[in-house]
Amino acid sequence: MEDQWLLPDLDDPTSNEFWLGCERGELLVQVCDACGARRMPPRPMCAACRSTAVRWDKTSGRGRIWSFIVAHPPLLPAFASEAPYNAIIVELEEDPSIRFVGNLVASADGPIGEIEPATITIGEPVRVVFHRIEDVWLPRWVRA
Amino acid sequence: MARSSDLIKDKAAVAGIGQTVFGKGLPDTELSLACQAVSLALDDAGIDPSEVDGISSYTMEVNREVDVARNVGLGDVSWFSQVGFGGGAGCGVVGQAAMAVATGQCNVAVAWRARKRAAATSRPWAQVSRRLSDAQQWSRPFGVLRPVDEIALLTRRYMHEYGATRDHLANIALAFRKHAARNPASTMGHKSMTRDDYMNARWISEPLCLFDNCLETDGALAVVVVSAERARDLRHAPAYVHAFAQGLPPQHQTMTNYFTEDPLRGPAWTAAKRMWAMADVKPADVKVAQLYDAFSPLIILSLEGYGFCERGEGGPFTDNGQIEWPDGRLPVNTSGGGMSEAYVHGFNLILEGVRQIRGTSTAQVDGADVSLVTSGEGVPTSAVIFTKDA
Repeated sequence: MEDQWLLPDLDDPTSNEFWLGCERGELLVQVCDACGARRMPPRPMCAACRSTAVRWDKTSGRGRIWSFIVAHPPLLPAFASEAPYNAIIVELEEDPSIRFVGNLVASADGPIGEIEPATITIGEPVRVVFHRIEDVWLPRWVRA
Repeated sequence: MARSSDLIKDKAAVAGIGQTVFGKGLPDTELSLACQAVSLALDDAGIDPSEVDGISSYTMEVNREVDVARNVGLGDVSWFSQVGFGGGAGCGVVGQAAMAVATGQCNVAVAWRARKRAAATSRPWAQVSRRLSDAQQWSRPFGVLRPVDEIALLTRRYMHEYGATRDHLANIALAFRKHAARNPASTMGHKSMTRDDYMNARWISEPLCLFDNCLETDGALAVVVVSAERARDLRHAPAYVHAFAQGLPPQHQTMTNYFTEDPLRGPAWTAAKRMWAMADVKPADVKVAQLYDAFSPLIILSLEGYGFCERGEGGPFTDNGQIEWPDGRLPVNTSGGGMSEAYVHGFNLILEGVRQIRGTSTAQVDGADVSLVTSGEGVPTSAVIFTKDA
């Protein structure tokens, strides 16, 4: 059912560098090129200094689970076939104020419902992996 | 020079309320439902439609001002406005109407919400394009599809940080169902709920189960807002708009507010700060509250955000019947709310807040002279304090 997956629009000029990084196997974070403040999700202006200059820094790709859910139907058909599945929020190891939504998987291409939900805990360490659907490499997470 | 709060405080009042039947699969169109509710509210106030010169509505409202005005027979409308962010809009819609009346931009304003939401195909989360370029691209590709998933992520974190439990969430669902049982207009009052029913209900998005979710309802509700002077001459006791505020906190991302320093401190705190600053009353003076309940954990966050308890104490605040009519320290959602009366984007909460001031609720709180209504937490929001005496 991955042909009906919801995916980012890679033509979005604000975020496409992030997704291009995923294709290269890199988890990037947008950084203000004027003051150095990190921000996630990407956006056009730095709220700290109002610069529109940006760069993209490679992260460690490591983090900790900040929260998680286990989703059950009713869901969109593509996702219902995977249910129950987890979704997690990860805080970045080197900067916990930077967070990413993702899934905890046993392997990069494993199903998002593979991990036994009762074993997932807030605070457990994870590292990023990338799973390809069409022309998008989605960042997912395995136990570190 | 007048204090800024004096410009609108107690200057306008809700003088009319109207609502259609609530249900699933109602035959009437959304436009018909909206017009019926507005018409009923005008009759309740005893005001002719030709006198209406102000219109306030949600940006998510499908029915346009021109269509409602033409159908109901409104007069020369000199003020109309809309408030955004779905369920966060309700009290803002009423509060902005009160501002317009208080500042002389109009004399008689109507505000309403009409929805046909009960059909599965009408659910907004199910109508999404496959390629996402807005904030959804950071959550939808990971299966965070529905509002319940978005709020469940915050709920799990809240439970982790503060030790809240499913028993606290059950307290909320059970209290509202008890209140709905007294309300013949409610859609779920005929179905009792036990704690076992709650604990055994199917999961929707763990840690949230079916009964942590609001209903899906067809229906419409409306209010009429006029000046305090005019309201005193009409047939019902005025529900004065004592204070109102909207709230959009720094760095807030609507619904998926996971990226700020403190995601569990939401828009309620921003609205509360302004609202209490404008009011002559404080949280301890509030006799009854209608708190937006698209999901049960929003009640806990709202109890904290609006200052009824400290952060982390919202769960225990629901223990021992403290949010239940008639004896709780703060009866909450006395008509059953969005979880057990009807989910009409929180507009039913506004009408119940007015009924408490009038003394006509089916779960009437004795001496309810200060009545709080809030709109959606988790989105840019709004809140209003109605009072019995200006």
